[in-house]
Amino acid sequence: MTRAALRALLSHWMRAPFQLVTLMAGLAIATALWSGVQAINAEARKSYDRAATGIGASADSVLTAEGGVPHAVWIALRRAGWPVTPILEGQVDTAAGPLRLVGVDPFTLPAGELPAMAEDGTGDGAAPALAFITPPGQLLVAPATAATLAGADLPPMVEAPGMPPGTAYADIGIAQSLLGRDDVGRLLVLGPPPLGAAPIADIAPGLSQARPEAQADLGRLTDSFHLNLTAFGLLSFAVGLFIVRGAIGLAFEQRRQMFRTLRALGLSRARLLALLTAELMILSLAAGTLGVALGWLMASLLIPDVAATLRGLYGADVAGGLTLAPSWWLSGLAIAVLGTGVAAAASLWRTATMPLLAPAQPRAWARASEGALRLQGAAALACLAVAGIAWGAFDGLVAGFVLLGGLLIAAALALPVLLHVVLAGLARTAIGPRSEWFWADTRQQLPGLSLALMALLLALATNIGVGTMVSSFRLTFTGWLDQRLAAELYVRADSDAQAARIRSFVAPRTDAILPIRSVEADLAGIGGEIVGVADHPTYFDRWPLVAAGPDVWRRVGAGAAVLVNEQFARRTGTWPGGTVDLAGWQAPVAGVYSDYGNPRPQVMIGLDRFAAMFPEAPDSQFGLRLDPGGVAALRRAILDRFDLPADRVTDQASVKQLSLSVFDRTFTVTSALNVLTLAVSGLAILTSLLTIATMRRPQLAPVWALGLTRRRLARLEVLRALLLALLTFVAAIPVGLALAWILLAVINVEAFGWRLPMHLFPTDWLRLLALSALAAALAAAIPARRLARTPPADLLKVFAHER
Amino acid sequence: MNARITRRALLLSALPAAAQAQGFAGLGQGGDAFAEPQRGDSLVFPRDHAPHPGFRIEWWYLTANLADPDGTPMGLQWTLFRSALGTAQGADWATPQAWLGHAAITTPERHLAAERLARGGIGQAGVTAAPFDAWIDHWRMSGPSLSQVRLRAATPDFAYDVALVADRPFVPQGDAGYSVKSAGGQASHYYSQPFYAARGTLSLGERNIPVTGRAWLDREWSSTPLAETQTGWDWFSLHLSGGAKVMGFRLRERDGSAFTSATWIAPDGTPTPYGDGAFRAEPLETARVAGRDVPVGWRVRLPDRGLDARVRAVNDAAWMDLGFAYWEGPVGVEGSHDGTGYLEMTGYE
Repeated sequence: MTRAALRALLSHWMRAPFQLVTLMAGLAIATALWSGVQAINAEARKSYDRAATGIGASADSVLTAEGGVPHAVWIALRRAGWPVTPILEGQVDTAAGPLRLVGVDPFTLPAGELPAMAEDGTGDGAAPALAFITPPGQLLVAPATAATLAGADLPPMVEAPGMPPGTAYADIGIAQSLLGRDDVGRLLVLGPPPLGAAPIADIAPGLSQARPEAQADLGRLTDSFHLNLTAFGLLSFAVGLFIVRGAIGLAFEQRRQMFRTLRALGLSRARLLALLTAELMILSLAAGTLGVALGWLMASLLIPDVAATLRGLYGADVAGGLTLAPSWWLSGLAIAVLGTGVAAAASLWRTATMPLLAPAQPRAWARASEGALRLQGAAALACLAVAGIAWGAFDGLVAGFVLLGGLLIAAALALPVLLHVVLAGLARTAIGPRSEWFWADTRQQLPGLSLALMALLLALATNIGVGTMVSSFRLTFTGWLDQRLAAELYVRADSDAQAARIRSFVAPRTDAILPIRSVEADLAGIGGEIVGVADHPTYFDRWPLVAAGPDVWRRVGAGAAVLVNEQFARRTGTWPGGTVDLAGWQAPVAGVYSDYGNPRPQVMIGLDRFAAMFPEAPDSQFGLRLDPGGVAALRRAILDRFDLPADRVTDQASVKQLSLSVFDRTFTVTSALNVLTLAVSGLAILTSLLTIATMRRPQLAPVWALGLTRRRLARLEVLRALLLALLTFVAAIPVGLALAWILLAVINVEAFGWRLPMHLFPTDWLRLLALSALAAALAAAIPARRLARTPPADLLKVFAHER
Repeated sequence: MNARITRRALLLSALPAAAQAQGFAGLGQGGDAFAEPQRGDSLVFPRDHAPHPGFRIEWWYLTANLADPDGTPMGLQWTLFRSALGTAQGADWATPQAWLGHAAITTPERHLAAERLARGGIGQAGVTAAPFDAWIDHWRMSGPSLSQVRLRAATPDFAYDVALVADRPFVPQGDAGYSVKSAGGQASHYYSQPFYAARGTLSLGERNIPVTGRAWLDREWSSTPLAETQTGWDWFSLHLSGGAKVMGFRLRERDGSAFTSATWIAPDGTPTPYGDGAFRAEPLETARVAGRDVPVGWRVRLPDRGLDARVRAVNDAAWMDLGFAYWEGPVGVEGSHDGTGYLEMTGYE
């Protein structure tokens, strides 16, 4: 009996192979999106763990000196017992482009800080140490970097897969000669001093000591990015489940008669349910395996961009490759099975409770119920309340994401209610029986389509929200770069004396020289920076201020007030009118400027006041204003005449270009996921319509019998799908904008410490509208075509069959 | 002295991977263009206190048996290893000379050890003969001459500062300092100073302990690599009551046999070398240390001198958990002779 029943049940898929494909595709895509995002997250996290033990990350503090720490100072600190290791960093111009060179001392750098070198083929595991430390030396580079630099006039390269792109590690002695320097760069303090050691300040008075770049901040920032990705992954999975739900619902509906027959033949309820569960389990395992494979493919395609994002935004290095643990594969399969279970629960339940002798009524479950709608509306309000409470009562990223999630779920739940109301309103405008039937029938279909429409709403809202955020960010960022990078050339000299010589050399060839001086300082308990700023139109014409008191630039220029960056203002609540303690001076804050990309607090004061307060601060950096046409020539002239490394003189255009290319790669992942989500929601509509199509024949047959042709009926079907998509789109705009606002004004502030102004991009919405209409039309076209070609005999059968 | 040379050669392989020499890591290979010890090359002081950069490996190895005012036995170790990663004699950054320092303190309750790495040529580590100065970072053995030095090392957990004075001459090992180590002709240049009187302070965290006692310095340089059949060794340097000193080791072969060698040093410093079999050492008890069984109680015999004594570790847990791990700690001697000493053991995996 079981065998016969199983054969009967499975025969359905033979007769409806397209349904099988839909179910498998939906489940596979949902699993793929979910497990792909998980894989990306896992890989990135693993890279942070590696980075946490990487060069400099484990250091207690960093010692720096203007022009680099002298060799003798390093040795003096070592001989006083301090565990310090030098890092000499610079840029080498090669024929193949610039190379970032990091010189290290493999003797004092803790073992394991350098990435493992690729096997050198000697077979005994011996690293080529002598070759590394003695001329011509060796460069440790990523394989991709080695390929790029092949043929360049550089020491031999050794491939080390863990290396960041465009970067080479070398022995510090080799690095000194390549960079033309004789200092040892900066020193990392690796641990506590030995018993009885003299303080660093006594041994080496000229050094500034700072904490290494805040790793905690890095963790927080990258957490936010991963939370974002996870949210995307979940959303995509949820959208994918709508397809699965549609396909399973259809398969169960179409087999109702078969279930009834099997039960009537004596198959027990428990056995039937067990067989159905087994069937679903097999299907979900098969689709899950496919999905995990697809997820792996997706992750390996996307991870180079994720790596670029994390590096560009946060300076976190993530390897571009993918290695996955067995647990990842298992969890992918588990989520597929679980998702199928969730999607099939209702269908299984209905099958379980189906009265044995009741007529098989496929449309019974799809009937709209005022009660259900009211319940859904209440649930939407509850979600909204949770979101509101999270926002009002708690701070932090998680609260931001709860707000986001609550809003999205509430919006999705409210959609059918809203559409019901709107369609009821539209129905009143109906003229004539045909349009009355159209509106009534549309409302009748709403429950069956609502899952798919909710998926579409979420996909559209996410698209609008994330699109708005990214475009706003880009617009603001571009404008900010234009404002901040006001000078055409930026010069960093070795010493104050050299800076003075460069200044007198360039004076006749420039319009203005703008000194840039800064000191490390403790600002409200956090390591930050005080910057001296010249009293020059370059600044007060263009500097981006997010808040300003009266007469801001005159007061700053005169040394009577200061500017603080937005990060500091938000962290401490110090806005124009407040004061900040600078080495004992209660400095009035005259304005707040935006400072994207800098996690640390910063204060700007007038250059004269700065010079009076910090006479010992180095004066070796400055910006140059000149005619853009002369920039390249002057840069070359300074580099050649003063024998400076290439990275000491940078021009505005190349900095801007680099920043924007980093930015654009940053959001590649986001847009890829956007497109995938939208595609999945299109599929959801298709499967829902297919599900409904067969069940609707009894409803359409009378209308056909009353004289409406199949063609017209089909056209109305497409029109209905378009109308519903349009209504959903209209509903998605405010949801999307709310999403964008939360991302910009809540999540961003929590994650980055600055708030971005929101800009609207209606042309993007139009494109999205066209896309969703296309998706809906395509999804409706297949069932409509089928309807148009339904043999009249089939429609007639509706009246003959007892169903 | 093959055992000691190879043991210390292994120690030097604890250099970070990036600092290892291609030739050096292959311990089965020959010394290529490195200098080889020559019989008849007499030791000249203070010249030979200084480095011999043409040889592959070299060390300044000091151990001290000390006691606090209550008589509690304690020990300290201070070692500076030099390893030439290659035969080229580059200067400054390009030098092939690598340096490794080990420092340890052992009390009956505690054993603390640390290491330091440096390259030569840049001032971070090195040795000069007159005035004598040997240093790696702030770990330093320095004084007007090697017979009168101040020995210092400090880590965040422990430190010591001890004055060492020797009133007897340096003791050449083997044939006037040419120490043959195998039938294959492998050899090293080797001399010792076992007659230091020590006085100073050990610091354990905030606690400073005044100590006095005796110290033993080994100086050795060679280029000879390890024999494949050697699995480890047990090495004893003993200060006996009556003023005599014994250096003896037992080299364990893979086939279970052992090769032994020893030097009896009379109280006036006159050495008598003994070949294979004269010196015998058998383990009496083992202790579980760092996840392995290590013999911490021994019976040592040198019948020719009437020596038959039990040697027992002051602290079983004297495990040097460094880049290359081994056991090294102070011991007490009881039996035909009483005394103190140091024991080092390798190859107990």
